[in-house]
Amino acid sequence: MSLVNPLRPLPIPNPLTEPYWQAALEGVLKMPHCLSCGQFHFYPRSLCPFCRSDALDWQAVSGLGEVYSYTVVHRAPSLGFKGMLPYTVGIISLDEGPHLMSRIVGVPPEEIFIGMRVNVDFESQNSEINLPVFVKSLQAPRVVTPKENA
Amino acid sequence: MGLNEAAIVGIGESACGKVPGQSALQLQTAAARAALEDAGLQWSDIDGLITTPVRVEAWNMPCGVVASHMGLRPAYLSTLDLAGASGAAMIHHAAMAISTGQCETVLCVAGQNLLTHQSRSSAVQVMAESGAAHSQFEVPYGPLVASNYALIAQRHMHEYGTTVEQMAEVAVTLRHHASLNPNAHMQKPLSIREVLDSPMITSPLKRFDCALVSDGAAAAIVTRMDRARDLKSTPIKLLGQGYGLSHSYVGDALQLPLSGAVDSGKKAFQMSGVRPEDIDVAQLYDCFTITVIIELEDLGFCKKGEGGAFVQGGRIGLKGALPVTTHGGLLSAVHPGLGGGFFHVIEAVRQLRGSAGERQVADAKLALVHGNGGSIAIHCTLILGV
Ligand SMILES: [Zn+2]
Repeated sequence: MSLVNPLRPLPIPNPLTEPYWQAALEGVLKMPHCLSCGQFHFYPRSLCPFCRSDALDWQAVSGLGEVYSYTVVHRAPSLGFKGMLPYTVGIISLDEGPHLMSRIVGVPPEEIFIGMRVNVDFESQNSEINLPVFVKSLQAPRVVTPKENA
Repeated sequence: MGLNEAAIVGIGESACGKVPGQSALQLQTAAARAALEDAGLQWSDIDGLITTPVRVEAWNMPCGVVASHMGLRPAYLSTLDLAGASGAAMIHHAAMAISTGQCETVLCVAGQNLLTHQSRSSAVQVMAESGAAHSQFEVPYGPLVASNYALIAQRHMHEYGTTVEQMAEVAVTLRHHASLNPNAHMQKPLSIREVLDSPMITSPLKRFDCALVSDGAAAAIVTRMDRARDLKSTPIKLLGQGYGLSHSYVGDALQLPLSGAVDSGKKAFQMSGVRPEDIDVAQLYDCFTITVIIELEDLGFCKKGEGGAFVQGGRIGLKGALPVTTHGGLLSAVHPGLGGGFFHVIEAVRQLRGSAGERQVADAKLALVHGNGGSIAIHCTLILGV
């Protein structure tokens, strides 16, 4: 684990997002899940974006997915990221459906491609924040139904 | 009384590019004064004001700050924030205010000293942390605003085979347009090679695929049609408009290369009763080169996936089948943040009046203006005519 630059912006959890960051601190990726239609979504919302139900909970997901898109950043948005350049920001399409932005780590940028299998890992930022990142996965795709997690 | 009872009768710009010694309010005042002069109207004629927020100063109620600075006590005023789509939407909102009898003559004004207020690098940071990326789920990973569009471009290339050369063609064409615009920030011609060799910012986007950071403001006067007929220039009518929203953040968009322009364009064409092939000139929002390619597709100028091929062979140049963003756009003319898309409206008016000088498109009778905000998320399309 590298030292984290204190200038880097960190998430400030709020009541809507707190379960996500709490789970991340425990090394688990959780996603908002709809008890009415069974679908996962992200980012967190007050109503399911698919059926508008407010019967939502958080469930652990497999952490498996694939690269939906990526970009190798060569110019830092602020001082805190300068020492990391170049780094790869990606959008991950989780096997359970939701997309999320993350960083793809441990893979040389030229080896990253759309469709590459990845799985979640966590980068500790401080005692309160673990940031989910993604690494190249050696596992085959696996579809996790919400029941398996319950 | 419908929206066609209002018309654009005056346009103006401040000095654009690097304009030291001018605050946002001074730039906006210069643009407003130029628009009044262009219309042949007085400050006392204005009884409505629409503006957008600025980034360089914290203004509570920007429309109130701007009105007060200009000595106006408008009967109707509003601050509009649809990010990059604000410029186009201001004209529609002015027409609505007039057609519902709130006021008779609206000043729309936007712009700021985004370049000289701060260094380019702090402007980049301000934009990156301004809300374009989600503060909890995106900003901590370090994306530039350009990275959001790079993710879109990479996906577009993957799905449709779009190339970096095709994106470069957009930058080169718009720079040529800017070279014929005396008020443009960047006027030196560019080659495809120079675009491809420019520093990589966030792959696949290079320096010249990205919008400038500039100082500048633009203004337009919208008034009642019965009044417009007595003024000195040809009144420009709003024939149709539409809005569209596809997602909020780039990270949660499930169908990335598809934008809300599909909906905004469909509505604007339906309302105006014209088709994409009827448009003589299209002022498309161009925060990045890929944006133009996606707008061409989603507005229906070509099929989805064919935008890359469409921009090649001079098709979007001044003598092409569809001249695009003829003042040089955000890529080469001026990008002062939120107000940048308003210059596209100003240029459409110039083209329809036949007063665009060396960059005049022959016989321009019908213009489309498109504004895009967020990461191809929020859209406003206008169709303007004489
Ligand atoms: Zn649901």
